[in-house]
Amino acid sequence: MAGPLSNATILDLTQHIAGPFATKLLADHGADVIKIEAPGGDPARKLGPFKDGTPHPERSGTFFYLNTNKRSVVLDLKTDAGRAALFRLLERADAVVENFRPGVIDALGIGGDELQRRKPSVCVVSISNFGQTGPYREYRASDLTMYGFAGEMYAIGVSQREPVKMFGTASLIESGAGAATAIMGALFSAKRNGVGEYVDFSLMESHFSGVDRRHASAIGWEFGRRKTLRPGQAAAGMANGVYPCADGYVDFNSANLRMDRVTNMLGNPDWLTGPKWKVVNAHLDPALIEEFNENFYAWLMVRTKHEVWEEARGSKVLCAPLFTIEELINDPHFRERGFWQEVEHAEMGSVTIPGRPFIMTKTPYEIRRAPPLLGGHTVEVLTEAGLTPAEIAAATGRVEATA
Amino acid sequence: MSAKLPLEGVRVVDMSLVWAGTFGTMLLADLGAEVIKVENPFVWQPYTRGQKARPTKEMIDAGTTMTHAYPNNQPGPRPWNYCPTFVQLYRNKKSFTVDHRTEEGMAVLKRLIAMSDVVYENNAVGTWDKLGLSYEALCEIKRDVIMVRVPAFGTSGPYAHARALGIHLEDILGHALLRGYRDLDVSQSGWVYSADYMGGANGALAAMMALWHRDATGEGQLVEVPQAEGAASVLFQAFVDYGLNGREQERLGNRSVYGYAPSGVYPCASDGTYETGDDHWISITVTSDDEWTALRQVMGNPDWASDASFATREGRAANQDDLDTHIADWTRGQDDYELFHRLQAAGVPAAPVLEVSRAFDDPQVVHRGVYQPQTLEDDVGTYRFMTPFYRFSKAQIGVRNPPVAFGADNEYVYRELLGVSDDEFERLRANGHIAREFDAAIP
Repeated sequence: MAGPLSNATILDLTQHIAGPFATKLLADHGADVIKIEAPGGDPARKLGPFKDGTPHPERSGTFFYLNTNKRSVVLDLKTDAGRAALFRLLERADAVVENFRPGVIDALGIGGDELQRRKPSVCVVSISNFGQTGPYREYRASDLTMYGFAGEMYAIGVSQREPVKMFGTASLIESGAGAATAIMGALFSAKRNGVGEYVDFSLMESHFSGVDRRHASAIGWEFGRRKTLRPGQAAAGMANGVYPCADGYVDFNSANLRMDRVTNMLGNPDWLTGPKWKVVNAHLDPALIEEFNENFYAWLMVRTKHEVWEEARGSKVLCAPLFTIEELINDPHFRERGFWQEVEHAEMGSVTIPGRPFIMTKTPYEIRRAPPLLGGHTVEVLTEAGLTPAEIAAATGRVEATA
Repeated sequence: MSAKLPLEGVRVVDMSLVWAGTFGTMLLADLGAEVIKVENPFVWQPYTRGQKARPTKEMIDAGTTMTHAYPNNQPGPRPWNYCPTFVQLYRNKKSFTVDHRTEEGMAVLKRLIAMSDVVYENNAVGTWDKLGLSYEALCEIKRDVIMVRVPAFGTSGPYAHARALGIHLEDILGHALLRGYRDLDVSQSGWVYSADYMGGANGALAAMMALWHRDATGEGQLVEVPQAEGAASVLFQAFVDYGLNGREQERLGNRSVYGYAPSGVYPCASDGTYETGDDHWISITVTSDDEWTALRQVMGNPDWASDASFATREGRAANQDDLDTHIADWTRGQDDYELFHRLQAAGVPAAPVLEVSRAFDDPQVVHRGVYQPQTLEDDVGTYRFMTPFYRFSKAQIGVRNPPVAFGADNEYVYRELLGVSDDEFERLRANGHIAREFDAAIP
């Protein structure tokens, strides 16, 4: 069985994280994603974690995860020969995706207008920090600064401290997933409606208009002129927050919406009966919260996180253990479901990574190719496109020596 | 004239709940699909049109902003139409009501499914099979149906029946141990809901990929979008480090997973304190020696910054505590926006950490039209809502319809789509299927 996009070809000019994650999602589902790299390679090749901790362009864990199933073609787009080769590849492409700083591809002579002049049916998707237009169009961003500006970081953390972000580059990955939906939309425009769209996608808008709480805090302000603040320290309510247990932590966020189920989970103890627990907004009463927690901690500290979660599940209580990566990799649920994916790589050996984002029963996710070595498919792809060895040498900057 | 929308002509039966599901169908609606929310006047799903159908003024005043900041802080005539947590996920959608627990209602729902392309749901695992709406049953109704299921942990495995919101999925998938302050206990880390973003985007992607395959082959399929697994990618560096080196990554707070330094959030001159949401901060990440040189110049080349320990990326990473103290001393007292523009002009990645009420008037936000006014039903007012997060050059991707009110499209769905007669319409209304309000017995 082939992936659902096995009839789609994407010219991928993206680099770093958000763009490559978007095109990875398509490549992992069958699309022929041709990754165009400058002679020095995607800068992500310089990002760790590295195999054995030693930097090496073919041993970057970041590049590895974000570029499965892609083919790498090295082209120097600053040269006529490099651009000519790109235009040849364009003839076979359904979409072009790029994330250079706004204006860069136009300056190179390969902007959206030029690409669509040469091939009107192709869709072009530009991914940028703040959008292709406006006063901040050339501004720089990182995962931290973008989450701070457009995501809900202001309200994350505790009140007396500085706002705090998510792990790693989570906000860039979110944006990448959002960008993949835009690319799919543009592919449909071309396929179904015969319209070659140019799509202007910004990381900024994907956070302001995403679902990472910022949407709700914005509406809260609009509706009620109420702000969303960082909670105070030790803000856990009554069965609502992260609690310690015998061997780690468990989260009971929102379990208090169904106190009847929590009560059941705790074995309907005497201390939790009586009318005072049934008063409207009882869950906001500090004295009751303290009384509840005192008893709840005693119940938790004699149970492991697995035991707590099992009892919670038995009573349909919202609850979750906080797992480490090692616990997850060995967890029977994810193993049984075959979530982890082993990928063989020439330089890095066998590497286990998170596998399919979803299960398509008739057109499954599949690792057909390991992440590519730099330029590993240059000759293969350019030959498919009909270039001669001399044209290939010129396009890649490997100019043949003259006599 | 604008071009056809990408998904024009695709009809989605939307039975999704809470965030992840409704965000996914919103993405499909933004791209032009006709997304029809199926709602039941007799069934209240907490966290879909509010925590309670009829919150009291007392609850509204005591509740959090995100869940209880209703228009003008009043419950209004029909609170489910403007719950702040969810209302903006209902743009570009239609809503129709039916009591699908009854035979009569189920027959109506099946008629709608028979003329739709995608059925999208994220109910608790087992719910749909009990309703008799398994994938196999749907295929009997519509041969090439695409069914998108967005369960928490998947429909198989030991945790298949565990209850979860986005936050719980992040706990289980390792986020909660890896984010938050380096120096505080994990229980203080607070909540984020990135699993909802990923669950929604993955669901929309899966639906479109299945449509793409159906367009090419005529074949529909069942797609399962397990939210927990779909959220693993946001931690990919931690998983890859474990996969490569058997190493568990540690909590980094605002520091960079790639060792960029400085990487932090620094205090600025503020209009007030955190208690009123008036504390101002600037975020700065220096990713190269060039950016470090630029930052030093903006700071006026202070003596401390020329110390050899800060000259290299490795040195800055190893001495981040000192670096952060010096930079905070410099930012404190400065205006965050002024600093933002000065740093960006010099080529340093930086941005104010915006409390959201400040975002509406930001020049870039205004220029891009991120927020646009929409008017809600029941005369509760006109408010600025966010818009789709991308622009197409030819099709008009935007807000075609404001957030849909409960049952607003009953006439359209029953009469135009299903073609029910006047008599049948009246009978269905009398039997409670067709309503603009939740049953009075629901609190």
